[in-house]
Amino acid sequence: MKTLFEDTALHDCRDTFTAVLEELSSANENIVAVCNDSVGSSKLGKFRERYPARLINVGIAEQNMVGVGAGLANGGKIPFVCAASPFLTGRSLEQIKADVAYSEANVKLVGISSGMAYGELGPTHHSIEDFAWIRALPNVPVIAPADRNETAAAVRWAAAHQGPCFLRLSRVGVPDLLPDDHVFELGKANTLKAGGDVTIIANGVLSHRALMAASVLEQQGISARVLNMASVRPIDADAIIRAAKETGAIVSCEEHTIFGGLGSAIAEVVVDTFPVPMKRLGVPGVFAHTASANTLLDEFGMSPEGIAESATLLMKRKG
Amino acid sequence: MSPEELRVIANRIRRRDLKAVFEAGAGHVGGEMSVIDLLTALYFNTMEVYPDDPSNPQRDRFVLSKGHTALALYVVLSEKGFIPKEEIATFLKPHSRLNGHPNRVKVPGVETNTGPLGHGLPIGVGMAQAAKLNGDSWRTYVITGDGEMQEGSNWEAIMAAAQFNLDNLTLIIDHNRLQQGASLRDTNDLAPFAPKLRSFGWATEEIDGHDMSQICQALSPDATTAGKPKCIIAHTNKGQGISFMQDNVAWHHKVPDEQRYKQAMAELERAVQ
Repeated sequence: MKTLFEDTALHDCRDTFTAVLEELSSANENIVAVCNDSVGSSKLGKFRERYPARLINVGIAEQNMVGVGAGLANGGKIPFVCAASPFLTGRSLEQIKADVAYSEANVKLVGISSGMAYGELGPTHHSIEDFAWIRALPNVPVIAPADRNETAAAVRWAAAHQGPCFLRLSRVGVPDLLPDDHVFELGKANTLKAGGDVTIIANGVLSHRALMAASVLEQQGISARVLNMASVRPIDADAIIRAAKETGAIVSCEEHTIFGGLGSAIAEVVVDTFPVPMKRLGVPGVFAHTASANTLLDEFGMSPEGIAESATLLMKRKG
Repeated sequence: MSPEELRVIANRIRRRDLKAVFEAGAGHVGGEMSVIDLLTALYFNTMEVYPDDPSNPQRDRFVLSKGHTALALYVVLSEKGFIPKEEIATFLKPHSRLNGHPNRVKVPGVETNTGPLGHGLPIGVGMAQAAKLNGDSWRTYVITGDGEMQEGSNWEAIMAAAQFNLDNLTLIIDHNRLQQGASLRDTNDLAPFAPKLRSFGWATEEIDGHDMSQICQALSPDATTAGKPKCIIAHTNKGQGISFMQDNVAWHHKVPDEQRYKQAMAELERAVQ
């Protein structure tokens, strides 16, 4: 069993997604993949070799792609609809609302290269609104795994879950954080590090940065709790309330606009239950300039040092 | 079932639809009258469906992509036994499961929730593809409005259906030549549809969408072309069967007053005698 940062190598979670999808598909012939010409970027090449009839490539037509997914689900299939997250969610949002969410279709939406993974390609290819858009819809769990072990666990969960979900995956390499026998539980956060002075909550590619920020704070004598919160909807309200009560301050970090994403979801719980000072880190409501995802995260205050600095400033506001 | 028997059923459905629109004070009566003959032929002649086992995996699939004519579908489903006939009286009432657009989660027999236009055909493509993957013989039928064909998502689905050789998929365009605000011709004139569909690789057939013999013949699985999805262009009239509504754009979603209602009902009653 591997644990936090024992293996510091960086892994592309897309490889894990397709490896697990292929494994599940060998046991369940109803699993199919649907894509929009994104066989390569969704890493579905091997899936196509193994199951050529079960890779349904509709071409560059995302609205049709999501509708086809809903129809396949009606016919008893378990479709994993894979596309670059900005196009899957933005282009097809009404199909996701009516055909998938409202119809409660058993469709697994898989947003590839989400967040700012396409860094230099610019804001058209950034998907930093998808938490907000999909989280606004009933019936669609929103899940952003932090590493390859959580990705594998979330894909297994999605295949077994009866109903829609949205898996938000990146292509940016991340180290292992969770054990390789990790089991995903919807709506449950994982404590990556215990602590009592402040809580840092993150998901996706931000979780390992949050953990590194806690190490920076440790050197300053500050004990930070770190929660990995893959499940943005439903959100782990109990873990948030405990963090508010026990640490008195919460920093959220996400590869998403600060409007409507993980930080907003946490703030909704905090203001409704146990208000404490919060700092929401993310993309501050701008279209990002040209840079890689990791550089942009640093520049938007989400380097380990940046997150730590936000935490220390926030702690001064504690009552 | 004979065309004459189907005409009697369609007339009964028209009258129940009209009564529900009058009582609810809302509905899309024009488009309902234009689509009812097609729905009647599908449910009472063409499709294998199982009212006592609505999610039987081997059922034929039907998608009403022009979801705003949900009331017509509700009446058909009630005549077929999916829902109680008396439930039609709850149409649009608070907490009724019969709202202005069909909901598969609540109403047995409904396959997918439609309402926003241009959604049904992509779903139909997925259904037909599922049947192919499963090796099943059930078929998929989708009805769109003609104005609805202005939605680009339909043409994405048209391309995919041809590419996937979905000869188990039938699209029926309810071609009543009128959309909400004006005629197709004055808005965005897609007609004629058949050459466009054929150029995308579909088999096509043009019929009188109020002639039961023609409808049943065109919907028959025998009238398909191997390897090609089929589009039936059903030439219809908005408000069919009611003289003052027929071909009149004003009756897209207008509700008749009592005098007009009585006149319309009398015309429908005379038609069945």
